[in-house]
Amino acid sequence: MSKAECKVRIIGVGNPYRGDDGAGIAVARILRSRLPSHVDVIEQNGEGTSLAESWKGVGLVIVVDAGQSGAPPGTIRRFDAQSDGIPIEIFGRSTHNFGVASAIELGRALGELPSRLVIYAIEGRDFSPGGKLTPPVERGVREASEKILLEVLQAGESDITLFSAAEHFAL
Amino acid sequence: MSAKSIKVDVLARVEGEGALYVKISDRRVSDVKLQIFEPPRFFEAFLRGRSFREAPDITARICGICPVAYQMSACHAIENAFGIQVTGALRDLRRLLYCGEWIESHALHIYMLHAPDFLGYEDAIRVARQYPDVVRRGLRLKKIGNRIMTVLGGREVHPINVRVGGFYKVPTKNELAELVEDLKWAMDAALETVQWVATFSFPEFERDYEFVALRNAAEYPLNEGRLVSNKGLDIAISEYEQHFAEEHVKHSNALHSVLKARGAYLVGPMARYALNFDVLSPAAQQAAQSVGLGRVCLNPFKSIIVRAVELVYACDEALRLINNYEPPGQPFVEVRPRSSIGYGCTEAPRGSLYHRYRFDDHGLIVDAKIIPPTSQNQKSIEDDLRGFVESNIDAPRDKLQLQCEQAVRNYDPCISCATHFLKIDWDQE
Repeated sequence: MSKAECKVRIIGVGNPYRGDDGAGIAVARILRSRLPSHVDVIEQNGEGTSLAESWKGVGLVIVVDAGQSGAPPGTIRRFDAQSDGIPIEIFGRSTHNFGVASAIELGRALGELPSRLVIYAIEGRDFSPGGKLTPPVERGVREASEKILLEVLQAGESDITLFSAAEHFAL
Repeated sequence: MSAKSIKVDVLARVEGEGALYVKISDRRVSDVKLQIFEPPRFFEAFLRGRSFREAPDITARICGICPVAYQMSACHAIENAFGIQVTGALRDLRRLLYCGEWIESHALHIYMLHAPDFLGYEDAIRVARQYPDVVRRGLRLKKIGNRIMTVLGGREVHPINVRVGGFYKVPTKNELAELVEDLKWAMDAALETVQWVATFSFPEFERDYEFVALRNAAEYPLNEGRLVSNKGLDIAISEYEQHFAEEHVKHSNALHSVLKARGAYLVGPMARYALNFDVLSPAAQQAAQSVGLGRVCLNPFKSIIVRAVELVYACDEALRLINNYEPPGQPFVEVRPRSSIGYGCTEAPRGSLYHRYRFDDHGLIVDAKIIPPTSQNQKSIEDDLRGFVESNIDAPRDKLQLQCEQAVRNYDPCISCATHFLKIDWDQE
């Protein structure tokens, strides 16, 4: 495995100026200080081609975005891009039309997906300009952060303790 | 009586959220409504009471695709208010940053959003499966635009290095020289892009537009100029609100912008090109001529060719600016706030973006007005649709519907801060 393929990258997607659309960014900001050096955390606005660019050549990529599927706000869904179809309508609220789901399909078409690509969608409720995260989405953000941290640890890529993760993100 | 309605629930490949409704009665279009939601209104309220220093970065958050345009219009308006002028290398660096945004935005729109319409594919992913190398060329062009923005702006999305009066930090000669090789490749790729898009087939359709764009007679407009039109408008930016009005329309959250004297007008690549062909670089002029594009293009479906010519210009201009670059002594010009009003207008990739601010003695914003290009084009988009549907009234519905979506995408509408999908509703009675 090359050095790049060992790398783990967390990508928070969304617009923090649009209420629950900022859920992915909020997760990125929680996780940034909690992860070891081989895991990097970046923020993206969800424009699909930049997204597809940002995961090229990385081993494990976890993308976190707000979703809008009619599920209760704060609901977390997890998809594996290699094995699951990505329901494009869930990400209808992503900041740009050529969004997360399109980025995955583009990567697939060009043979440029990372070895492992996992998507977390946190169901949002209020996407109005200037709003803050709504309370159920805030809870979803904390819960998703915890799940992602555990997933990174279980992938054997992290050396921080489970204990501190669980402690930090206890609801 | 024949009547029909056309309804498209989701219009893909526009930057934003909106809905379109077309009503046809007795072979005439009796109603067209393009609805968009308009976040700049929110930002205007959000800006009140904030320091002038914050305006460029706050307004940049309106749009992930054209943050530089917002930063530039804000900076120019604020500098206008406080009576300073940014010249020389700092002015050139702003132009270079803007070239990065044009390359990024135009490549995205041409390759990923607009070309699928002409190639008969539902989206760019299907194009990528068929023509991976073409899509890779588009993506690499876009990435090079992003790279300019990263070098000058500090990061590619929402650049943070721009400040009123200039930059926080200016690049070294070497940092810019590292862009040259990429830009030379981009220049060739942009020329290939012009040739490629010119092979598409275009619906026969022309309109007698009033084109509005900046013009300064010395260079193709990005940051500065007077606002001119092909129908006699020639004004300073400070006179904007004497000549343009925003009308409330029931069906849209957005205000329709009109010329008080004559109504609808068009901003963006077709307008800039028609009004500034003479100041395009020779390479860009030749690219246009090589595919038979005249000095004025009146077919909105051919805007993709004009956009590709502007892509050539942006690469060419970026190379020129880098070759001439000598770092300035100071990264910014000092600014002293005063109670005043300032006006700014720059050319976002999709058209003129107007900002006006009023400040108190301490440089706090008393009120702000932002008129984005898409709301200026809204009426023109509706007029295109009305004309296009009427002249193709017997076309099969599904074809007409696709072409209507395409007609909206001609404008590269950016409501991105708000928009996620565009619903089209056809109503026939």
